Amino acid sequence: MTQYLIRRLLIAIPSLLGISVILFTVLALAPGDPFEELATNPAIPPDVRAHLRASLGMDDPVHIRYFAWLSSMLRGEWGYSFVSRIPVDQLILQRLPTTVAVIGTSQILALCIALPVGVYAATRPYSVFDQVANTLAFVGFSLPTFFTGLLLILLFSIHLGWLPFVFRSDIEATGWRWWWEMFKQSIMPIMVLGLFQGAAWTRYVRSAVLDVIRLDHVTTARSKGLPERRITIRHVVRNAMIPVVTLVALQMPAVFGGAIVTEQIFRVPGIGSLLISAILANDTPVIMGVTFVFACLVIFFNLVADILYGWLDPRISYR
Amino acid sequence: MSRILDISGLKVHFRTDDGWVRAVDGVDIGVDRGETVSIVGESGCGKTVTAKTVLKLIDMPPGKIVAGSIVWQGRDLVPATPAQMRAIRAKEIGFIFQEPMTSLNPVYTVGEQIAESVRQHEGLSRRAAMDRAAEMLALVNIPNPASRVHDYPHQFSGGMRQRVMIAMALACNPKLVIADEPTTALDVTIQAQILDLLAEMKQRIGMAVLLITHAMGVVAENAQRVIVMYAGKVVEEAPVGPLFATPLHPYTQGLIRSIPRLDLAATEHQRLEAIPGTVPSLLHPPPGCRFAARCRHATEECRAAEPALRELSPGHKVACIHAEAIAA
Repeated sequence: MTQYLIRRLLIAIPSLLGISVILFTVLALAPGDPFEELATNPAIPPDVRAHLRASLGMDDPVHIRYFAWLSSMLRGEWGYSFVSRIPVDQLILQRLPTTVAVIGTSQILALCIALPVGVYAATRPYSVFDQVANTLAFVGFSLPTFFTGLLLILLFSIHLGWLPFVFRSDIEATGWRWWWEMFKQSIMPIMVLGLFQGAAWTRYVRSAVLDVIRLDHVTTARSKGLPERRITIRHVVRNAMIPVVTLVALQMPAVFGGAIVTEQIFRVPGIGSLLISAILANDTPVIMGVTFVFACLVIFFNLVADILYGWLDPRISYR
Repeated sequence: MSRILDISGLKVHFRTDDGWVRAVDGVDIGVDRGETVSIVGESGCGKTVTAKTVLKLIDMPPGKIVAGSIVWQGRDLVPATPAQMRAIRAKEIGFIFQEPMTSLNPVYTVGEQIAESVRQHEGLSRRAAMDRAAEMLALVNIPNPASRVHDYPHQFSGGMRQRVMIAMALACNPKLVIADEPTTALDVTIQAQILDLLAEMKQRIGMAVLLITHAMGVVAENAQRVIVMYAGKVVEEAPVGPLFATPLHPYTQGLIRSIPRLDLAATEHQRLEAIPGTVPSLLHPPPGCRFAARCRHATEECRAAEPALRELSPGHKVACIHAEAIAA
């Protein structure tokens, strides 16, 4: 097992290198200049701008710039934002807790919906509950988050005025009041993301459970005189979890990406909105840093999926 | 001998998009204490459905017990509640399934799976139940039972898994074991071993066996009484000797003639006989005798009315109006 882990981590190194090369090249090919704004500023003479560019190494060829970036990354220096001059790692660390809190909670919410609803619907296929759950899941899955997000803002912030629609990181209150304010402003993004993901997973859980429920070994369990509840939990859900876990773990990184939209709508100061603003400003070090974090997340969750898979399914062994 | 299982007039129908399929259409089967009764017939004749219905293991819906009774030790199981059925499953009636490859849950050890029913019915502790599981594995001749209980099904071969299934079915000392084509999925050499094992278990534990099969050879070696089913109905019932000596129903005769015979093949240049045609649709079964379309003795009379099951000699019943003529 330890050996397997070490090997997997070693394999991750070339993947990350490849990802960084591609990212860097794409960014270098992209049009735009972080100093465009300076160009339009009459107070800054062109030679100052050229000097600035040269000092940042922006006029060097792509491969030289890449190796410069790589060597400083290896030394643990993520560089500075072109725009704010703040170290990239610091920027990311500032934004990460909010993203993790919002996305983490929404994913837990999604699982709390998808598992019981999916399992219950699958054990009573085509019942009223199943039909209703299926329809709702289909609706939830079809509505994009930017639409439901705006809908919720319209309803709860504008019409009812219950919830704030801009996420603030500078709440002045302390103690309980701070928690309450945080809760109030997090609830809409969490709901939007959680319900969307929950709807998608409900359909998946239902079909995974339906696949298992007609297998022969479930009839065997029934022939042993076990109560129906125990059969469902021990013999159906346990087996159905194998594909579900894979899906959930592999989707985690995609969720971080999908959360970018939601973060934009609710102005959540998370890693997603950091990425968007960095892209708009051509802020290469920040884009590289954030996308690199995403790449690491993808590889990390892949590994988590594989480990969970082996833990759930004894037929899989690590060699 | 006393009758422990008495199925009479059982009709099990399945709802489909095209209508009701009459999978089992008026079947009477009795099993005495300690007896081995075999149900034979080709695929799709209702054997498995009959067997599964005894423990209500068919899916309801789409299945439905339309009529009849299943009397187990004096009590009718048709109106029994799910909780009452659970108390009977494994504890009083064990079930061995056809497919050892898929009938065990791949994510639990075989020990856990055997222990599960013991814990359910006898309230043993986890420890004691695992010990019982190891004992059962030893009983079905699995080497190193104490360590094998901790293995998963995929670490066993097909024959070994069927032994595990038998161990599981017998773990609570049931009075009846229903074996639904227990050897169909196995190699011929393993088939014999599994049947020998079943016979051995029967001697030791003294349970009755309801053996479902489509192989006449299996019947001849194992059963005391045979019930031949065709298209959801019993067409002949007899003790094993008379059935093979003087089969009365043309279908039974066909089944017996379709057994490959080593003694004939070498000397006489004889082709293996097959029964022409296939089982009729159970959605709209033909009126009259259901075998008429494939029967060379069929007459207008056969197609007009359904033949009743008649007892021609003690214990030998047949549902064919021409039985006497055919036998003579």
